[in-house]
Amino acid sequence: MNLAPETGSSATSPGVSDSWLRRNRQALAPWLFLAPGVIFFLFYVIFPILQSFNLSFYRWDGLGDPQFIGMENYRELMDDRAFEVSLWNNLKWLLLYLLAIPAGLFIALFLNQTVTGIRLYKSLFFFPFVISQVVVGLVFSWFYDPTFGLLNQVLAWVGLGPINVLGDPTLVTYGIIIAGLWPQTAYCMILYLTGLNAVDPEQVEAARLDGAKGAKMLWYVIIPQLRPATFVAFVVTIIGALRSFDLISIMTNGGPFGSSRVLSFYMFEKALSEYGFRMGYGAAIAVVLFLIMLCFIAYFLWSMYQDDKGAR
Amino acid sequence: MFPKPIQNSSRAWQTTYQALVPAALIMWLLPLIAVAIFSIKPEADFTTGNYWGVPSSFEGISNYGRVFFGSDMPRYLLNSVLITVPTVIGAVALSCMTGFALGVYKFRGNLLLFFMFVAGNFVPFQILMVPVRDLTLDMGLYNTKTGLVLFHIAFQTGFCTLFMRNFIRALPYELIEAARVEGVAEWRIFWFVVLPLMKPAIAALSVLIFTFIWNDYFWAVVLTQGAESQPVTAGITSFNAQYRAAYHLMSAGSIVAALPPVAMFFLMQRHFIAGLTLGAVK
Repeated sequence: MNLAPETGSSATSPGVSDSWLRRNRQALAPWLFLAPGVIFFLFYVIFPILQSFNLSFYRWDGLGDPQFIGMENYRELMDDRAFEVSLWNNLKWLLLYLLAIPAGLFIALFLNQTVTGIRLYKSLFFFPFVISQVVVGLVFSWFYDPTFGLLNQVLAWVGLGPINVLGDPTLVTYGIIIAGLWPQTAYCMILYLTGLNAVDPEQVEAARLDGAKGAKMLWYVIIPQLRPATFVAFVVTIIGALRSFDLISIMTNGGPFGSSRVLSFYMFEKALSEYGFRMGYGAAIAVVLFLIMLCFIAYFLWSMYQDDKGAR
Repeated sequence: MFPKPIQNSSRAWQTTYQALVPAALIMWLLPLIAVAIFSIKPEADFTTGNYWGVPSSFEGISNYGRVFFGSDMPRYLLNSVLITVPTVIGAVALSCMTGFALGVYKFRGNLLLFFMFVAGNFVPFQILMVPVRDLTLDMGLYNTKTGLVLFHIAFQTGFCTLFMRNFIRALPYELIEAARVEGVAEWRIFWFVVLPLMKPAIAALSVLIFTFIWNDYFWAVVLTQGAESQPVTAGITSFNAQYRAAYHLMSAGSIVAALPPVAMFFLMQRHFIAGLTLGAVK
């Protein structure tokens, strides 16, 4: 940055005596501003992605020499039962996590009033998003606890239960997803509350005069205006679903019998746990996860590009 | 306004609504309320099975006292601060510059670089895990706060650049052009014209990144181990192993770990929400 020539008050007549630097400062400046950020980002984010791709063709325990084995890791993935389970669980996460969007909209509509203290209520409703997923995971594992958990107490009142959510291979993933939906719904709620603020009151009035109300109004007048909020909610929810790791690690550690694993957790387990340091195999799992995410990333970038063309 | 303002509806529905909101809030926060109550209960309540009843005595002071004076918790908290604060400063500083460059200048590859930051920010952590861990090991920074901070800065720069660039693009471009006509150097335009206008964005990003980094668990586990460098999110899990059935202490510990971002949110609420909802309103 210091290379940028000092001008300030010395704005002499442009032309003859200008140095090369000065003449090109408009072209040079952006690169000087970009350099630290871009170098850092390339070093810690972009190169590692390429390295992971490369590594997925090797067998490596993290210590000795990596041994090139071509597509062997991927071939092994095809027959890996645990990988298949993780993939299915990722799909469950993807689909069910999207429930946060309508749930968030519902709460936002519920809270979008002007009564005393509503601002405080809105922020308190947002609470779950601000605290760490580690704490959320702990809290929910107590909530589900088969011996003293609140869930079973409630079930007992209505004559049901007891169930051991986190110990049951068929229920466990749903149990964790519900824990994850809690903060995610709060996030979507905030997005929609802000979106509702920006809804055009004149349109609402006009629609009301035309006799629209309730669900019809919501569907035909309000939701179309909430499109930007829905888009952001969709992006963060998809990313959140595919990144789910903390809750699984805290609540079940992938169990019971590996039934709550997802790709992100399975990769970690393969590469960095007592079950062995299979870096290459882990990298192959990460590549699969990355490629899934890439479909969504490409879509997001494409929509951003469409938006950008409209702007300046 | 939608839905219809409550003031325009019947008296009965107004009263119902006034009662419904707090009730719903209690349901919504039930898990947290339970933990808060756990944290002030005496140990005896858990051995006698009084999990959900009224605490038989108030032990908040001794429970929290044990967390602060009888465990590694203060150490973890300090680590979290020492990791989070430099990360916030670093990521915000870098992204002010990248955001300025991408938002103000027209040059070949502008959009491409911008998309690199955006895409990198959406990437699953696992694809970075093995190489970043090796990199950190090679630099001798494994199990240090510095190692964690450097990575966090780099990664968060992706998100922050997206934010800053969009913010700068919404500023009146005439200001910059006017300064150029005056012959002001580019870095002076950045420093004296654009940066002061970016204060709201800087505030929003700072709170947001603070919360993200404070709550990070994955990288803490991958890049550090042990109490001398781990942040509180990782600390709470070793705390969990140590006090497995000591629910009162675990609860107090969880509350302590959750408090700083919560406090941050309440103090800087408007900025926080402005940051989160970037792009959600057009």
